[in-house]
Amino acid sequence: MIEEEIARRYKDQEMRCPVHLSIGQEMNAVAIAGTLETTDYMVSTHRSHAHYLAKGGHIDGLIGELYGKSLGCSRGNGGSMHLTDLSKGFIASTSIVGGTIPIGVGCAFSAKLKGSNSVSVVCIGDAAIEEGVFHESANFASLHKLPVIFFMENNNYSCFTPRHDRQPKRENGFKDVATAHGMNFLQLRWDNFTEDYVKLSFAIRAMRASQIKTPIFVEADAYRFVEHCGPSSDDNLGYRPESEVARFRALDPLKTIQQDLLYSGAISKEAIEDLEYTIQREINESFIRVQAAMGPGASELGAYLYA
Amino acid sequence: MLEPVRMKYIDAIKAATLSKMSENESVILIGEGVPDPKAVFGSTAGLKEKFGPNRVFDMPVSENGMTGVMIGAAITGFRPIMVHQRIDFSLYAMDQIINNGAKWHSMFGGNAGNVPLTIRAIVGRGWGQGNQHSQNLAHIYASFPGIKVVCPSNANDAYHMLRLAVDDQNPVFYVEHRWLHNTEGYVTSDILPIGKARVVKEGEDLTLVAWSYMMLEALKIQEVFHRHGLSLEVIDLRSLRPLDIGTVKESVKKTKRLFVIDEAWKTNSFSSEIITQVVEDKSIYMVAKPGRSTSPDCYAPSTPHLSKHFYQSSGQIASAILDQFESNHFRHKAVQIKAELDGYDETRIHDVPDASFRGPF
Repeated sequence: MIEEEIARRYKDQEMRCPVHLSIGQEMNAVAIAGTLETTDYMVSTHRSHAHYLAKGGHIDGLIGELYGKSLGCSRGNGGSMHLTDLSKGFIASTSIVGGTIPIGVGCAFSAKLKGSNSVSVVCIGDAAIEEGVFHESANFASLHKLPVIFFMENNNYSCFTPRHDRQPKRENGFKDVATAHGMNFLQLRWDNFTEDYVKLSFAIRAMRASQIKTPIFVEADAYRFVEHCGPSSDDNLGYRPESEVARFRALDPLKTIQQDLLYSGAISKEAIEDLEYTIQREINESFIRVQAAMGPGASELGAYLYA
Repeated sequence: MLEPVRMKYIDAIKAATLSKMSENESVILIGEGVPDPKAVFGSTAGLKEKFGPNRVFDMPVSENGMTGVMIGAAITGFRPIMVHQRIDFSLYAMDQIINNGAKWHSMFGGNAGNVPLTIRAIVGRGWGQGNQHSQNLAHIYASFPGIKVVCPSNANDAYHMLRLAVDDQNPVFYVEHRWLHNTEGYVTSDILPIGKARVVKEGEDLTLVAWSYMMLEALKIQEVFHRHGLSLEVIDLRSLRPLDIGTVKESVKKTKRLFVIDEAWKTNSFSSEIITQVVEDKSIYMVAKPGRSTSPDCYAPSTPHLSKHFYQSSGQIASAILDQFESNHFRHKAVQIKAELDGYDETRIHDVPDASFRGPF
């Protein structure tokens, strides 16, 4: 709902930065963050709004960055792709594919050296495993038995380039990538979401309890419901089949789980509407706070270059 | 107050590492070959035995990934020292050093923590190391705001600047030179902060700026010039970023002449920056156009037949300096100085740090 509001207001030209919306990938973020504690680490990518919010990042921190205001989580310096909330364990998202992978592994290395129980989640997309730094980081994580979960959301496209133009066919799909680095492999499939979520959550619990941590590589189904960068649809470009778009829209766990809950009577339609009303009010209030807030002054240019 | 101790530059690096690791448990050490029998030219010998396998690590040959891992460790409470046996290898890690390390603090407005990471990088020179093992890339790293670049030229600075680098809250790129490793000097309690240049010899006639290994050439040149009645003020720049241009300018105001010795290629070398910053200052009056000695705009060849033309001899550097003293008054001195330094060059072998050297590096 936050991102729908961003999309609605994007045309006003007050958010002067690119936005890579997570619409369609919300449940993945909620699922992985649901297995974590505040003391666990997470790093993410250019498409990180959902990860930041799910890990506990404050809405004003996000909206403030989009508007370039001082109350943004990076004091306006970051924009959409540089989010952080150390108090919630959301270390950072950055804007170069693969850039935060070793940072997340480094957080896990810290956890191991300190003897803490924290785990570190590295959110990536399917193209990030094409970067050398992924393999370097996975190799080190596995070598040192670090508590890392590589959470790969596979939306099958890098911008408009389909995966089969970028990666070879592997006999066992992404499992082969995980196995090559000695990592455990799990899936979060949209047609089996609840069961896979339970498995994932048990695997992370087992990792915490274990003395020897074997890194986990998760392949999560994902699909962009809006364009790669921006608030609209880019399906008019014809780069992905309509049938594929329809199939993933139908499988969206956000919808299917809501339907299941309604059907089983666990929640009522009215209760959902009440929740949506409350959430929308919070969103509107955040936009009001952000729009009223100040942007950084000229003296802040370059002011944070050195700690 | 430290008692002055005479030691080799490489031993000063080890002593600094040892002392910081003893003082602060969050200091960890990692690099290819750090715990191996050769121990990065001896600079890390015995440290794994002393501090254990949870503080001293060898590493996969993954310069970029491991730099990112150390940035992650630095953000979450550690002070890693990372070692590259050649600065050339660090180019693999440019993405993490620049896009994450240098930018981290400002990119998040200070809210995502800071990166107290020290990267030791060793510059090679001579002995057939050629294109990919003998570049001085310090100036490349100095191009980027957000990191600090230090180039100690002697044992005292090697010791104190490494300690300061480890204490620094920011990424520090610590450039050491293979030709300095075996030079000896006193480590004293004389500490200058990172970002401060040092006037090593006071003089009246010309300001001579150098750093890292080229300081040794500068000091030899100063000594010969001095003997022939020309007094050079020698400045050891010590840090390329932050750059202490103020000390250079103050000196040029006095001497009215400037010469920079830089090991990098001419175009876009760091000498370009120093000279520009001095000449663009309208309050500085100079009696001669500033000069510089650099490597030519090509890569270091492996063969000694060509490398002797690549590396600038002290006689060549002296000639370039003497171009600033054109009047008849100096002509006689210039001939004598040039002859003496040419003679000195003939006693040296151009591609090794000293005659005792038998290779390989």
